[in-house]
Amino acid sequence: MSFFKKLKDKFTGNSENEEVSDKYKEGLSKTRNSFSSKINDLVARYRKVDEDFFEDLEEILISADVGVSTVMDLIDELKMEVKRQNIKDSAKVKEVISEKLVEIYYGEEDDQVEELNIKDNELSVMLFVGVNGVGKTTTIGKVAHKLKQEGKNVVLAAGDTFRAGAIDQLQVWGDRVGVEVIKHNEGSDPAAVIYDGVQAAKSRNADVLLCDTAGRLQNKVNLMNELSKVKRVIEREIPGAPHEVLLVLDATTGQNAMSQAKTFSESTDVSGIVLTKLDGTAKGGIVLAIRNELQIPVKLVGLGEKVTDLQTFDANAFVYGLFADMLEEQE
Amino acid sequence: MAFEGLADRLQHTIQKIKGKGKVTEQDVKEMTREVRLALLEADVNFKVVKDFIKRVKERAVDQEVMESLTPGQQVIKVVKEELTDLMGGDQSKIAVADRPPTVIMMVGLQGAGKTTTTGKLANLLRKKYNKQPMLVAADVYRPAAINQLETLGKQLDMPVFSLGTEANPVDIANQAIEQAKNEHHDYVIIDTAGRLHVDSDLMDELQQIKSNVTPDEIFLVVDAMTGQDAVNVADSFNEQLDLTGVVLTKLDGDTRGGAALSIKAVTDKPIKFAGMGEKLDELEAFHPERMASRILGMGDVLSLIEKAQDNVDEKRAKELEEKMRSASFTFDDFLEQMDQVKSMGPLEDLIGMIPGANKMKGLKNVQFDDKQLSHVEAIIQSMTKAERQDPSIMNASRKKRIAQGAGRSVSEVNRLLKQFNEMKKMMKQMSGMQKGKKGKKGKGFNFPFM
Ligand SMILES: Nc1nc2c(ncn2[C@@H]2O[C@H](COP(=O)(O)OP(=O)(O)OP(=O)(O)O)[C@@H](O)[C@H]2O)c(=O)[nH]1
Ligand SMILES: [Mg+2]
Repeated sequence: MSFFKKLKDKFTGNSENEEVSDKYKEGLSKTRNSFSSKINDLVARYRKVDEDFFEDLEEILISADVGVSTVMDLIDELKMEVKRQNIKDSAKVKEVISEKLVEIYYGEEDDQVEELNIKDNELSVMLFVGVNGVGKTTTIGKVAHKLKQEGKNVVLAAGDTFRAGAIDQLQVWGDRVGVEVIKHNEGSDPAAVIYDGVQAAKSRNADVLLCDTAGRLQNKVNLMNELSKVKRVIEREIPGAPHEVLLVLDATTGQNAMSQAKTFSESTDVSGIVLTKLDGTAKGGIVLAIRNELQIPVKLVGLGEKVTDLQTFDANAFVYGLFADMLEEQE
Repeated sequence: MAFEGLADRLQHTIQKIKGKGKVTEQDVKEMTREVRLALLEADVNFKVVKDFIKRVKERAVDQEVMESLTPGQQVIKVVKEELTDLMGGDQSKIAVADRPPTVIMMVGLQGAGKTTTTGKLANLLRKKYNKQPMLVAADVYRPAAINQLETLGKQLDMPVFSLGTEANPVDIANQAIEQAKNEHHDYVIIDTAGRLHVDSDLMDELQQIKSNVTPDEIFLVVDAMTGQDAVNVADSFNEQLDLTGVVLTKLDGDTRGGAALSIKAVTDKPIKFAGMGEKLDELEAFHPERMASRILGMGDVLSLIEKAQDNVDEKRAKELEEKMRSASFTFDDFLEQMDQVKSMGPLEDLIGMIPGANKMKGLKNVQFDDKQLSHVEAIIQSMTKAERQDPSIMNASRKKRIAQGAGRSVSEVNRLLKQFNEMKKMMKQMSGMQKGKKGKKGKGFNFPFM
């Protein structure tokens, strides 16, 4: 069972919405402690800090999709640190490992949970972008539910006018959560739908407008331009909007996620990442490199297909998750 | 593109090793290190990479490779061979049941592209094989999934079987087969809901569908952008369902697609098709060769190397080259070289494949007319043994005799003699260039007739 599966079980097995976030925080402080103790276990397996130790560490991280260059850099730094501090005992290397990993994610900044940017008493607009099938529409359903639970007035805009059945799919989520969906016909101009969505959200005094878009591969220039246009429509209608442009990434994706993050940022200035499908066996380690290289934080994680399977991201828990399977094997 | 840096580095390493007259174990180690990085960066699973590199190393340090004229090229050849081998051959065939309908089941993770691929496959079956498929909407979980397939059915003008979202997927599949029989459809393609390979309830459901409808094909649909987890997913689906093939989707993106290699390695099931776009006619037969090059980030350079290697007698070429270097190159050798070159196919094609060939001064001045080559041959064959060995003994009467024997003019004989001397000079320059300056395009290429 993966760490996130455990997390998920912890939170979703119970009644749907009950102070999930409190429990999550509570769970996290536990994980923080157990994280360091787990790393301790890992390093205890080796008496010496030698080539084998580093090779194993390298493989753990690579198999979590952290990316080979990030891993090499990390290992190099670790080796240097080990040499500098003259560490011979593997147990002592534990702090250095966890420090370095979390440091890759946060860089110079303090570690903190990066929350969604939602304004009080004015309309906030969120645009969801990403390649095909990563979970944009599903995430919108989940976010809508979360915000509605918090007492917000939410409107959805069905900006995917391309994929067969996409509009119906969002409508089902709208019905499920109990929020209004602004839509046009399949094949119509997405910018026009989004424009209408903004007008509708304004006239209904909505707090948040969530905009779905069609999945697109980042190397399709036309489609990326279309997306920039959608964003410009929002900018023009509401100063300071969109308040979030969320790039949805599938945790199963490998190194191509970096290319996705780069290209989507260029065309829509991505403000945060939603990492989906962490309930599977994939680890999504590439977000470390993305945060490090492009300074885009992960804001939410998707842990399943149910409306409640959404959590805020925590780097420490995530880093722990990278090692989880390996540590469990040992137990 | 995201991978350019690595591809460049790899190219660089290959350039370095390619032109080498002698390859040490250290060189091989360095090269396999770069290949390892390229593969990992392309998302090939690290265990698969490990095995792969081990095999390449074993073969690369083999005597035969090390002793060859162009060990560098041979090493690269080994890499390419192993890689293509690992991907399997072209196998884009689809089963045909003894008694129709042939049943195809589409399975995979959420968001892999099953529904779209179902539509594309149906389209391909009708267009290419003249079949009349029926589509089955067995994804009762994802909102509007049935809707999606029905829309595709309308676009294709093909029947879609559905019992709504309340029905059980196993019942849906069973009833669909009955209806297909009654309506004489020759193919049935079942679109199942995306699921995690570790979701035992839902995997169970697939097994039930399988035992009820005994499909002729079970295709795992995999996103080409999948990372290291591809092995877990493919292995698990294969273990539980015994797949018959794999379809890679979203290959029109800029991913290297190393998942393809991982999947083939762990399941040993053929990758049959590749999705190349969102439109319904964008499904293609899968080409392992192209995929191998894509993963390593190289194009025609590899094919050229293979071609050269296949047609040149290594040992003999080496002797000839030494002769050229030591200026003891004779007309006999020249004749032999020509034979080898001719056996490689039309000259122009070969020249075209050399990276940077059009920029090489030496090549421009040499004539590459096939007809002229046969004239040259005739002239050389009219020479005595002594003349071939040492052209410096040529005088006017010898030239006249040779011209008569070959049925060519004396001036042609003169021109050949001049060309021969120029060639020897150029050969020296070329081998000097290889040792000398760095970073010149095409410098490392060791063409046997130069
Ligand atoms: N297991 C799991 N499945 C998810 C998660 N998020 C989304 N999915 C599933 O992934 C599939 C694709 O999700 P969608 O929301 O349709 O993805 P999308 O990005 O909107 O797709 P397109 O609009 O086609 O580009 C669906 O089957 C979802 O149920 C998650 O966190 N975990
Ligand atoms: Mg969608």
